[in-house]
Amino acid sequence: MQTKRTIFGNKGLPYLLLAPQLIITGIFFLWPAAQAVRQSFLREDAFGLNFTFVGLRNYERLLDSPEYLNAIKVTVIFSISTVILALGVSLVLALAVDRMIRSGRAYTTLLVWPYAVAPAVAGILWWFIFNPTIGIMPYVLETFFGYDWNHLLTPSDAMILVVVAAAWKQISYNFLFFVAGLQSIPNSLREAAAIDGAGPFKRFWTITLPLLSPTTFFLLVVNIVYTLFETFAVIDATTEGGPAQATNILVYKVFRDGFVGLNFGSSAAQSVILMGLVIVLTFVQFRFVERRVTY
Amino acid sequence: MKFSHFAAASAASVIALSSHAAAQTQIDWWHAMGGELGEKTEALATAFNATQSEFVVVPSYRGSYAETMTGAIAAFRAGEQPDIVQVFEVGTGTMMAAQGAIVPVYQLMANAGVDFDPSAFLPAVVGYYTDPEGNMLSMPFNSSTPILYYNRNIFEAAGLDPNTPPTTWAEVEEFSRQIVSSGAAECGFTSRWVSWAQLENFSAWHNQPIGTLQNGFGGLETELTFNGPVQVRHWENLARWEDEGLYRYAGPGGGNDAGPAFYSQTCGILMESSAGRAGVMANATDFEVGIGMLPYYDDVDGAPQNTIIGGATLWVLSGGSEEEQRGVAEFFNFLSSPEVQAQWHQDTGYLPITQAAYELSQAQGYYEANPGADTSIRQMTLNEPTENSRGLRFGNYVQIRTVIDEEFERLLSGAVDAQGALDAVVERGNALIREFEDANG
Repeated sequence: MQTKRTIFGNKGLPYLLLAPQLIITGIFFLWPAAQAVRQSFLREDAFGLNFTFVGLRNYERLLDSPEYLNAIKVTVIFSISTVILALGVSLVLALAVDRMIRSGRAYTTLLVWPYAVAPAVAGILWWFIFNPTIGIMPYVLETFFGYDWNHLLTPSDAMILVVVAAAWKQISYNFLFFVAGLQSIPNSLREAAAIDGAGPFKRFWTITLPLLSPTTFFLLVVNIVYTLFETFAVIDATTEGGPAQATNILVYKVFRDGFVGLNFGSSAAQSVILMGLVIVLTFVQFRFVERRVTY
Repeated sequence: MKFSHFAAASAASVIALSSHAAAQTQIDWWHAMGGELGEKTEALATAFNATQSEFVVVPSYRGSYAETMTGAIAAFRAGEQPDIVQVFEVGTGTMMAAQGAIVPVYQLMANAGVDFDPSAFLPAVVGYYTDPEGNMLSMPFNSSTPILYYNRNIFEAAGLDPNTPPTTWAEVEEFSRQIVSSGAAECGFTSRWVSWAQLENFSAWHNQPIGTLQNGFGGLETELTFNGPVQVRHWENLARWEDEGLYRYAGPGGGNDAGPAFYSQTCGILMESSAGRAGVMANATDFEVGIGMLPYYDDVDGAPQNTIIGGATLWVLSGGSEEEQRGVAEFFNFLSSPEVQAQWHQDTGYLPITQAAYELSQAQGYYEANPGADTSIRQMTLNEPTENSRGLRFGNYVQIRTVIDEEFERLLSGAVDAQGALDAVVERGNALIREFEDANG
């Protein structure tokens, strides 16, 4: 069947209607991106009084620098852990709420609350809770488990702290989508499986999870992007990338080198690399991963 | 009803204010003083505005030191820079190198024809901010130096004399051990600003070089050298003391956990900026605070020498009109007058920048009423500064400070020994200095 096409006489009108969006994209996205690309080939002093074209030198320096390679490693560990934790916990919570008949709504509301907390505030909260000197958690860990928590010195403690803080922030969001996803799975399928003798775990793995995969896939993309780009505030408020760069993720390093260190060339080169990463990631995910998702 | 009344009234007052201001030359001043210090800073501008009607200084708070500096630099690149910006001491190298972007204070004063005597300033403060010819480049505004605070009650509980602060590092260790073993407190001492207090000031205090070419004052080709035996020994000790629980590391940068650890009586001794004095006194509600000089190793030749400053200065950015520059000159003159300086010094704990302000504070009996308040000045002026103790000036030093924190953390976590950590600081720091030289040379 062929759809009927409407023919507009005025050739300029579609462009005019698109213009606001195009202008906004141009000014706020394309222009700064082009600026970053340009800056990444330059070496200049902080005030921009003089600059020299250095070609790919900024990139070469980055790839030679152990700090940058470390930031890549840290980012991979941080992203994977955060995504797994955020997705896992929210799925468990969603499954729990899905089984409730009357109180589900109340729990849903309560679980969504953390999403309303600003990232910087969340960071400060975790900073307080885990502060080695005045925090409650180190005290509890020391008293009951004999574990000497000190994220100012122990890299693994610091990583755990930022992963927990970053995941906590995202759990509400994931939870909402999982609840919605679960509700759209027809009960008849699960009931049929139950009648056929499938236990709760079997039903979860063979019915619920595959049918939930569009939601999971969508959340996977959103969560990876979140861990890569939106966790700045959490890191800044808790560990500031420390100790000894143990939690210095790529996006935080861009900020440190550019805004604190005033090394704009290197910072721009890092932004360009991140930009490339996002493009590749989006492409790979939508192109290859989506095909395998069962709908 | 009430609200619209209020809105109308405030709109009217805004109009009145702006038409009033239009007749005057506006001088924009970006600063990084938040909280109580911010109020005191704004009060200085208000006071200056009240003394004359030609200029109006408009202060605005721009966040942390790093944010204020980068904000001003970004504004400069966009051609919207303020007349005055407050820059922390480690940004000095960057500002100095930006020759087209700044107006050196000595030039500003000469251009404006303001009567200005550089010799009235305390050499220990101003020396940090002069060029190799001795010309003053920026206006010292808030300078401080690290000193030692201790909890008299904890000292007493540990069986120590509450009137005797430790003067040597051997005593710090001994006292800390006694504090911990007697159960008077959980830890002996803690320190804010590890790089500033336990490496830079430590080096100056022991008359050890921080870098070549008079700690970088001589030019951009400087190299860091603070991996000498005295510094290595100190870092080795700090790591050992942290391990034994005598010392508590309080975090990178400012070491934000040090204050709370001291206030909650977890640690008996705190090393912190003299400008933290008001805060320490305000938070020490349950105990008596004593003040002493920074400790030193008494077997090191030339120790104690003198400590160096931290804090910030006011830089004048180019691009302002002649009128604006004259206004800035008048404002700086006002800031350095003895009465204003003495008041600022007494209110905040920052050092007085002129001899006259110091003498005025003495004449007013301020130091008798506040024992310990002059410790910072005595410590800074203990000896004539040497090449090693005048200060330091390196490009990219903001990043080098981060490197120092990182390597110190690696040392404490046991990943590297003291020599290795300081060697790494020097190596990574020198690479940053070379980068700066490349970009500014």
